[in-house]
Amino acid sequence: MALNVTEIRKDFPIFLRKIRDGKRLVYLDNGATSQKPQVVIDAEIDFYRLNNAAAHRGAHQLAEEATELFESARQSVAEFLGAKAEEIVFTKGATESLNLLAYSFSNAEPGSRFFIGPEHTIVVSEMEHHANLIPWQQLAKRSGAELKWFGITPDGRIDLSNIEDLITDKTKIVAITQQSNVLGTINNLDLIISKAHAVGAIVIVDACQSVPHLAVDVRKLGADFLTFSGHKALGPTGVGVLWGSYDLLNELPPFLFGGSMIENVTMTDATWAEAPKRFEAGVPNMAQVVGLAAALKYLQGIGMDEIHEHEKKLTQYLLDGLAKIEDISIVGPLDISLRGATVSFTVDGIHPHDLGQFLDNAGIAVRTGHHCAWPLTRALGVPATTRASMYLYNDESDLDALIRGIIDAKKYFGQ
Amino acid sequence: MMQLDNLYQEVILDHYKHPENKGLADAFDAQVHHINPSCGDEITLNLSLEGTKVKGISWDGVGCSISQASVSIMSGLMLGKDLMIAQEILDNFVSLMQSKGVGQPDENVLEDAVALAGVSQYPARIKCALLGWMAFKDASVQAQKKN
Ligand SMILES: Cc1ncc(COP(=O)(O)O)c(C=O)c1O
Repeated sequence: MALNVTEIRKDFPIFLRKIRDGKRLVYLDNGATSQKPQVVIDAEIDFYRLNNAAAHRGAHQLAEEATELFESARQSVAEFLGAKAEEIVFTKGATESLNLLAYSFSNAEPGSRFFIGPEHTIVVSEMEHHANLIPWQQLAKRSGAELKWFGITPDGRIDLSNIEDLITDKTKIVAITQQSNVLGTINNLDLIISKAHAVGAIVIVDACQSVPHLAVDVRKLGADFLTFSGHKALGPTGVGVLWGSYDLLNELPPFLFGGSMIENVTMTDATWAEAPKRFEAGVPNMAQVVGLAAALKYLQGIGMDEIHEHEKKLTQYLLDGLAKIEDISIVGPLDISLRGATVSFTVDGIHPHDLGQFLDNAGIAVRTGHHCAWPLTRALGVPATTRASMYLYNDESDLDALIRGIIDAKKYFGQ
Repeated sequence: MMQLDNLYQEVILDHYKHPENKGLADAFDAQVHHINPSCGDEITLNLSLEGTKVKGISWDGVGCSISQASVSIMSGLMLGKDLMIAQEILDNFVSLMQSKGVGQPDENVLEDAVALAGVSQYPARIKCALLGWMAFKDASVQAQKKN
């Protein structure tokens, strides 16, 4: 069923406000962060108003309620991903999840399946967000392992032509994005995952741009670890999810040490709780976790498949509209079956920063720059792009506004 | 469009389309490369001194109209100035950028650079406008050390 965007927008209070002297908000920066429906805002507020206490600490009623809300949020996230609750680790965001993994690998002893040394390789792709590149690049430096990467094809897909050279017996980690935050490309990871598993490597999927927009089932995907940030999926900031296949997760050494992650502690030693607690040191971001569960429930209420279909329709509409404007180049696949609703482009003669400013003046929020994927924009030979990224509350009128804005900008900057 | 016109003054768009002192000179006392990591703008600037006087500034770079026009304006302004004076101009420009749109630009000091006053209303763009100026500051320190 088609989404009723008019009704959906009513759930998001931010659309009531005006931008730059009374203009309607056209929010096309969902790749950076999403807006929040009232139910998410309420869930956070209600937690503070009614149930606030430290989860898993204390025997009083509020602590019990906070614990119950926190753990049922874990259950909700697990169901959303087709996972088990004990496979869900709450982090502060995808950046923390990926660093957690990289440092946990660092903490592994020789002989452990996570140990990484000079004899190993780590494989990423050239389209990674800095958050899924730098932790591995630095792990390679710390451990002496070699960092290798998949290049990209001219139309913005992962170049699999040299997969045999990249994924070898030496490969320990393959860290790869499911959907590019710049190109919009949705990567089919089947081949990479099966090759990686055939050589015993661990596959880590950056699902920041996919989980909010399409149904992801971790069991069907078949990777070992996967992460996303709550704030891009209608949830609060300060909460992210790290999923790990339980046997692996429960073997992985911890990274952050402190309260709640231990089994036993003496002055000179400590042992660790089972996963996922082992990775949740300190009092967690409880209100945010509860808010995230509300966000996922809201998304499920609308339907991930419906959202994906809606976004596909919008993407086609935008690609068609942009194709009619002269001097525009789309950066990323044109084939709708290969991509999600993130569209990056350049306009000859207008720097993205200037275009972004011009659009902002019309109430249109887009992202400009290298989008935290500098090696990618360098490889593409474009120092910066303008990016429009859509979500369930966008419709054709938003894209008409964008297209009109680009045409006006061309006039304004004298192109 | 009023607000936007305030940002994109004619002078800025002129400098953007016809930048001054663009193209790196072969001889220099200091060469610096500055990057704006938030948007990817880059500039290389060559500076040569004669005593304490700015003898030559040349630059090359990629970036938005604000960053490019600002370097262009700066280069014209600093050329032939004593470094003491150049520093005063720079300080004056930096405080204008930090003035959140209420600073009164001094045309006697800043000349064409007054056109950039509107930038101070757009926090995200201040770094664009300052890119070339900070490169100049860095280069003048390095060139003085060398001489
Ligand atoms: C593909 C991708 N990976 C990782 C991240 C990092 O997410 P966060 O900044 O929420 O930790 C982002 C978002 O910025 C992203 O788009």
